[in-house]
Amino acid sequence: MDSIGIGSLTLVGIISTFIGAVMTMQIAFQLVSDLIPNAIIGQINRDSSILELSPTITALVLAGKVGSSISSQIGSMRVTEQIDALEIMGINAPGYLILPKIIAGISMVPLLVIISVFLALTGGLLGGAISGAVTPADYIDGITDEFNGYIVSVAMVKAFVFGFLITSISAYQGFYVRGGALEVGQAGTKGVVVSCISILVADYVITALML
Amino acid sequence: MIEVQDISKSFGDHQVLNEISSEFEPGKISLIIGSSGSGKSTLLKCMVGLHKPDSGKVLYNGQNFTRMDFEDRVPIRKDIGMLFQNSALFDSMNVEDNIVFSLDMFTDMSKSEKKERADFCLERVDLAGKNKLFPAELSGGMKKRVGIARAIAMSPKYLFCDEPNSGLDPETSILIDELIQDLTQEYKSTTVVVTHDMNSVMGIGEYILFLHKGKKWWEGTNKEIAHTDVKELNDFVFASPFMKVAKASF
Repeated sequence: MDSIGIGSLTLVGIISTFIGAVMTMQIAFQLVSDLIPNAIIGQINRDSSILELSPTITALVLAGKVGSSISSQIGSMRVTEQIDALEIMGINAPGYLILPKIIAGISMVPLLVIISVFLALTGGLLGGAISGAVTPADYIDGITDEFNGYIVSVAMVKAFVFGFLITSISAYQGFYVRGGALEVGQAGTKGVVVSCISILVADYVITALML
Repeated sequence: MIEVQDISKSFGDHQVLNEISSEFEPGKISLIIGSSGSGKSTLLKCMVGLHKPDSGKVLYNGQNFTRMDFEDRVPIRKDIGMLFQNSALFDSMNVEDNIVFSLDMFTDMSKSEKKERADFCLERVDLAGKNKLFPAELSGGMKKRVGIARAIAMSPKYLFCDEPNSGLDPETSILIDELIQDLTQEYKSTTVVVTHDMNSVMGIGEYILFLHKGKKWWEGTNKEIAHTDVKELNDFVFASPFMKVAKASF
């Protein structure tokens, strides 16, 4: 939990804040019209962050950072016979090694996504104010206007599923590695690639089913 | 007593073990020897349940271990201690935590009792006071000894050692052999050692099983091995100039 949650907080925080700021400026750039109120910028940024950017970007970042770490850690245990040692002791190795990581993934990723949403919205506020794209008052009007709580449920479902995918796929790749250091590295890479593709496919499926 | 009956094992088209049968008695050190690729490590892994044999069975005191599912194997596994070739210590844990790991999992001993047991095991392998060191801080010989301390933490009835002397200097190698011998006597354990080391063969091999091309080629004691006329065994045991000279004195 520490590695997945606290350990990833800084990276997720920096990425979310900057993406929120950039999103605000780009939306403002594309919506230059006297007919569209500036508050719309905040509204679009809010919905995009909650529905797509925070869950997906956070998950993709975690797949790279945490996924490769899980694959390599478990893969190293496999090639150095530490997993064999667990099994000989009568310990259910998948239960002992993988289950805690899945529990950490499905509980920490939603928390990180919530933090990411807040930081993306804060980044948007700061980015808009500093660049002059939108005033803080208009932006806050936008993010509080016509808020639909259902989109938070969609984001949480995505976060939960992404957390499961990252940890289980990476752990699987590490657990069944055969060979030595080279194969452990390949398992780490494969874990990240398969996790990223699975996240994007799951993102599409959840969006199609829930919206 | 461990009985191995008609064990065969293949990996793809390559048959590694071909109908191996043998018996390993309690209170004795049994050695499985053979050249690289002869199937000795595979046989050991079939015996401890890390590989599933294609046919045949392994009996622990008459109980068919091969046919048991994971849960049924747990009581037998609690009686198994194993020393791995590369020690396989849990590198995220210090020496003491490695030793008490199985006690944490399978006993309701108090913290002080577990500490006492870890101290006893470490003293037994001549590593008293090294409780807080991590595996990365240990030499190869020390890792092997911690591996033995971990293997004996649950007072095993069955002790398996996979290449216990590999990568060790001759002096440390003899110390490890003596330790395995002492522990076998102390726990009256059924000890099975896979080795290439000829000092071990001549020093502690009370029963020797020689595998060649995946088959049981010869079995006997270390007294008998010097006088055998089996060519493959002679080629294997007396390959080095030192052993050739030594053979003359047997």
